[in-house]
Amino acid sequence: MTTLSEKDKNIVKTFWAKVAGREEQIGCDAVSRMLTVYPQTKTYFSHWKDLSPGSDPVRKHGGIVMAAVTDAVSKTDDLTGALLSLSELHAFTLRVDPANFKVLSHNLLVVLSTTFSNDFTPEVHVAIDKFLTAVALALSEKYR
Amino acid sequence: MVAWTDFERATIKDIFSKIDYEVVGPAAISRCLIVYPWTQRYFAGFGNLYNAAAITSNPKVAAHGKVVMQGLEKAVKNMDNIKATFTELSTLHSEKLQVDPDNFMLLGDCLAIVVAAQLGKDFTPEVHAAFQKFLAVVVSSLRRQYY
Repeated sequence: MTTLSEKDKNIVKTFWAKVAGREEQIGCDAVSRMLTVYPQTKTYFSHWKDLSPGSDPVRKHGGIVMAAVTDAVSKTDDLTGALLSLSELHAFTLRVDPANFKVLSHNLLVVLSTTFSNDFTPEVHVAIDKFLTAVALALSEKYR
Repeated sequence: MVAWTDFERATIKDIFSKIDYEVVGPAAISRCLIVYPWTQRYFAGFGNLYNAAAITSNPKVAAHGKVVMQGLEKAVKNMDNIKATFTELSTLHSEKLQVDPDNFMLLGDCLAIVVAAQLGKDFTPEVHAAFQKFLAVVVSSLRRQYY
């Protein structure tokens, strides 16, 4: 289910060129939505002063997440290697239930849809969904 | 019984008054069949589903998209009793169509993405949350009659 074909990788890389320069805004929007639409995810951020959409900690965190995803786009040939230390972080320190990776992925797809509308075709959608699933799997590597 | 806030009620009715069923229904079903190809197992009688272009231009897929939207509209008109509204549809999906209920949310997520594209900036996180809650209630009602 998560083997990315060459075609998938090319579609993702081509589409991601459009994302360039808007990573922080897109990341901020995705995290804002995740916290609003799936409030159970707020439990991981109880140390933030402000969890409202677009707040400073949300924006900063959205930027961090998107930077990591953008980096993964350039490393699709070895996602496990590329995400090794992030996997250790999520597994041992943050201890995020991996089911939540899917939740954030869905919200990112919604943001791509609101931002890019007709350019976010079904073909692009499936390639990016597969890519994000592969990223989530690589992030889950160190859990057990 | 589901507790809807005034904002959620107004938002759901507003979304459904703004979207074009003829566009959103077919787009959501096609997207589901393309992004989650295993869902095609339930549409064997629909003819050519060979690739994305075939699915998007398939008239039976489009027709079914509209049927789904009409079903959702019933829920919009009966937000205080979606469970009862969908009893028959739930039995149909369980006993006759034999659809794995995990697939319902796959279509739901595609619907969220299509509506997001239609509404753009107006699909704020709060509007998005109301819509996903509505979808979750619909899915839960459709799952109810499975045994």
